[in-house]
Amino acid sequence: MMNQIPFFIFSFIAILMALGTITARNPVYSVLCLILTFFALSGHYVLLNAQFIAVVNLIVYAGAIMVLFLFVLMLLNLNKATEAAKPVLWQISGAIAAGLILVTLAGALRGASDFMVKGGPEAAGIGLVKNLGKMLFSDFVLPFEISSILFLAAMVGAVYIGKREKQEEGEQ
Amino acid sequence: MMNAESLTPVDQYIYLSSLLFCIGVAGVLLRKNAIVILMCIELMLNAVNLLFVSLSTYMGDASGQIFVFFIMVVAAAEASVGLAILVMVYRNTRATNINVLDQIKN
Repeated sequence: MMNQIPFFIFSFIAILMALGTITARNPVYSVLCLILTFFALSGHYVLLNAQFIAVVNLIVYAGAIMVLFLFVLMLLNLNKATEAAKPVLWQISGAIAAGLILVTLAGALRGASDFMVKGGPEAAGIGLVKNLGKMLFSDFVLPFEISSILFLAAMVGAVYIGKREKQEEGEQ
Repeated sequence: MMNAESLTPVDQYIYLSSLLFCIGVAGVLLRKNAIVILMCIELMLNAVNLLFVSLSTYMGDASGQIFVFFIMVVAAAEASVGLAILVMVYRNTRATNINVLDQIKN
C-alpha cells in the first residue's frame, strides 16, 4: 500500500503532538505542539484528496487561530509554567473517563465502514476548489450567509467584551 | 485519478480521530489553565473535522467538506470570543486559572 506509510507518519506526529499539547507545562509549548498537530492533519487531508480543506486548515487554524492564542499568551505574560497541578485523584479519574470515552467511541464506530457506500469514479475531483465553491454558492448559500452574520456577532461581542472593562477601569 | 483501493482503510481514520478526540477530552479534564482548555477544544473540533473529511472522501460526497468549512468558521468565532472573555477575566483576577471562575458571580 503506497498511502499507508505517510498515513502512519502523519498519525504518529499528530498523536504525539496532541499528547504534547495536553502534557506541556508551559502554555507556549502547548500552542506550538498544537500547530504541529494541525500540520499533520493537513497532511492527512492531502492524502485524502481534500486539497482545499488542507490549505484552509493551515491558513485558518495554524495561521490565524493559533497566532491569536499565542498573542493572548504573550499579552497576558503567561509564557511561564505557573500552572498548579490538579489533585492526583482528579487526574486519575479524568484519565479513566477519557479512556472510557475512547473505548465507547471506537466500539460504536467499529463496524461503521460496512454500511458505507463507496464513492463512484466522480469522487476524484471532490476536494478541489472548483467543486467545493460550486456547492458552497449553490446548495449551501444560506448557511454561508448566516455564518457571515455569526462572524459579525462574534466580532462585535469580542470588541464589546474587551472594551467595556477599560471604561470601567477609567471610571475608577 | 483516485481509486478507493489505494487509500488507507477508513477504519484507521475512525480510530485516529477517536483517539485525537479523547486526547482533547483528557486535556479538558486534566488541565487548569483556561487557555489550554480552549486549545483542547480546538483539538476536539479538529478530530471531528478529520472524520468528516475521511468519510466525505470515502463516500464520494462533498457535503462533508463543506461542513468542515463551517466548523472552522464557528471555531474561529468561538476562539475570538473565548479569548476576549479570558482577557477580561485576567484583567479582573490576574489569573487564567479555572478555579477563579467560581468566584465570578456578584
